[in-house]
Amino acid sequence: MAKVTIDGIEIEVEDGTTILQAARKIGGKVVPPAMCYYTPLKGSGGKCRVCLVKVTQGSTKDPRPMPKLVASCITQVQDGMVVENSTNEDVLNARKGIVEMLLINHPLDCPICDQAGECNLQDLSYEHGISAQRFEEERRTFNKVDLGPYIQLHMTRCILCYRCVYTADQVTPERVHGVLGRGDAAEIGTYIENMVDNEFSGNVIDVCPVGALTDKTWRFKNRVWFTKPMDAHRDCPTCSGKVTLWTRGEEVLRVTARKDQYNEVEEFICNTCRFDTKEVKDWTIEGPRHIDRASVISANHYELPVVNVPIVPNLPTSTKKNLPQE
Amino acid sequence: MGLKILTEHINVPGIETLEVYRKHGGYKSVEKALKTMSPDEVVEEVKTSGLRGRGGAGFPTGMKWSFLAKPEGIPRYLVCNADESEPGTFKDRWFMEKNPHALIEGMITSSYALGANTSYIYIRGELLFVLRILEKAIAEAYAAGLLGKNILGSGYDLDLHVAPGGGAYICGEETALLESLEGKRGNPRNKPPFPAVKGLFQSPTVVNNVETISAVPWIVNNGGAEYAKIGIGRSTGTKLISASGNINNPGVYEIELGVPVEEFIYSDQYCGGIWKGKQLKAVVPGGSSVPILPANLILKTAAGEDRLMSYESLSDGGFVSGSMLGSGAFIVFDEDQCIVRNTWNYARFYHHESCGQCSPCREGTGWMEKVLHRIEYGHGHQQDIDLLVSVAKQIEGNTICPLGDAAAWPVASAVRHFRHEFEWHINNPKEATAPGAVYRGQLDAVTA
Repeated sequence: MAKVTIDGIEIEVEDGTTILQAARKIGGKVVPPAMCYYTPLKGSGGKCRVCLVKVTQGSTKDPRPMPKLVASCITQVQDGMVVENSTNEDVLNARKGIVEMLLINHPLDCPICDQAGECNLQDLSYEHGISAQRFEEERRTFNKVDLGPYIQLHMTRCILCYRCVYTADQVTPERVHGVLGRGDAAEIGTYIENMVDNEFSGNVIDVCPVGALTDKTWRFKNRVWFTKPMDAHRDCPTCSGKVTLWTRGEEVLRVTARKDQYNEVEEFICNTCRFDTKEVKDWTIEGPRHIDRASVISANHYELPVVNVPIVPNLPTSTKKNLPQE
Repeated sequence: MGLKILTEHINVPGIETLEVYRKHGGYKSVEKALKTMSPDEVVEEVKTSGLRGRGGAGFPTGMKWSFLAKPEGIPRYLVCNADESEPGTFKDRWFMEKNPHALIEGMITSSYALGANTSYIYIRGELLFVLRILEKAIAEAYAAGLLGKNILGSGYDLDLHVAPGGGAYICGEETALLESLEGKRGNPRNKPPFPAVKGLFQSPTVVNNVETISAVPWIVNNGGAEYAKIGIGRSTGTKLISASGNINNPGVYEIELGVPVEEFIYSDQYCGGIWKGKQLKAVVPGGSSVPILPANLILKTAAGEDRLMSYESLSDGGFVSGSMLGSGAFIVFDEDQCIVRNTWNYARFYHHESCGQCSPCREGTGWMEKVLHRIEYGHGHQQDIDLLVSVAKQIEGNTICPLGDAAAWPVASAVRHFRHEFEWHINNPKEATAPGAVYRGQLDAVTA
């Protein structure tokens, strides 16, 4: 076990835990944002750099601070480590800069983007961005690509987080897409515009933090905040069959995997559940989906507002006093 | 002429052949190390020598070797980084082309020290002619029993392979190199784990530069203590410097570390002075990735002492008034060179070569290039100068690998020392964009 202090809050975690995971155990503003890291995907993280934090003390054994900001999603804690996230000005400035970089080529088409309302970049920009853009050159644009009958790739919105690449590699039985080119000319692509065609391909939509990979059966049908998310399940021979149905009235507009407060899926689902079973009668409804991540969806009135500060239950009393008051 | 360690026999006709190389003392270190020394003793000699990595970072080689994990039953690898492709750097290509057996001898001795039974020379794919020279030399070494099973009857086995890369600058970064060597896209890995723990094929690996490895035979033959006597302070030994730009004698020079920069530029033994007797404007002392220094700061440190060709002296004053020895690519600019155009040129290179894996480097290098392009072509705004500094700062230190820093430092240092030149470009777009236009104002280097 290792004791680590993040933004003045001490917590004990298992050896091998990353700073990000330790921060998530504390919750609230202590948690660095993450655009490329995705817990269920092995090897993800370290690329977007929005989770950079300052390690002001390496460990009890070696208390020297780390010379540069480190990516919290891939840096493991050491016993006695002291980390600054929201309390460090250098971290906040670096994050501002990175948000600005991420928005250089990303179109601000939130009003027509299907990801609006559940877009990580939208939330990140709101929390850490600046009001004006200094980039005045022409933005990078791509034509939209149909990756088969269910998925559309809008590369212009892509921030190259590689999550879909890891998904294709680790979740789907055959990998047919990846990153082509390099630098700011890099793009997610299927070699000579193949289609992504396998039973788990739809999961690339769920892991995409922006609106680059969208569900063609849902595109432009509604705004997410007008829909009602319901937990449901079915007896599926391919996956767990546990999903969230996004309904309006009696109509099932979209089916997704269930996601936690960090927008990460609990279990990947198959394409049959996602795209082919869109009748209420196909499902056993469990009840309203509890959505407690910072998002416009949370503004709906299905239940009382959720305070987004899950406090670690076994924190010592002395530590609890230091918890931020929401 | 100073002491030559790497280039003593470089001009001997036929030195690229095993026969001639052996006549001039070649492969003695292999015999000595394999027959009379334990691997740890070789590592100790390298530690004693104070040899530092010649690829650019200058990390102590012996210390790097001692970090190598030695788990039972898992192979260890030595990989030679011959993916030289930074603008201005051409020493390794020249050295391998002229004297391939020197590198192979270094690979055998170093592999023995590290307990590696398979080693690789990762070479830039465009250097096909060098690759063929190396392959021919390796074949000779195999035939002579210097590679393969039971080398010289010592019981030590080593297989040496040459692997051509795809021609991407990023593959010179050690972890991207390992990815590429494994047949994957050349993207840098997140560290830790460092290659010494999990490197090539998840095994402990040491990655060293051509010049570093080639220095090991001399250290084994003559002792680390002898090597440590050469040079100055913690910059021990000799260094290959590839000198280019507006000088009378461009080329590769082996210098004893500690030679005054002024002597290096103006002595006939080295660069032979500025081309056509013009004035010195600036120098990039260690390859395009290091900060540029104006004439007054490259000849003297901020404290007024002579600047020396050494790791410490060139970095004296940090990035405000110093630079780095880097890979030893010494690029000289005379008074007729435009700093803005040169900075834009470097920015183009780093924009083109960024792998695109992490956001600040992917987006920032392109952004800097576009702003510099605008200034160079007479469309810049006054606020663009501060914008460049700000973007460089956003990239620096925030990326997975050092390519971000390499892209940011030339831009930040050019603005720091030659801000007036950028301002002139912006304020006088017609004059600045005329063919051959160059700012001829006073070189008032900012040192604060």
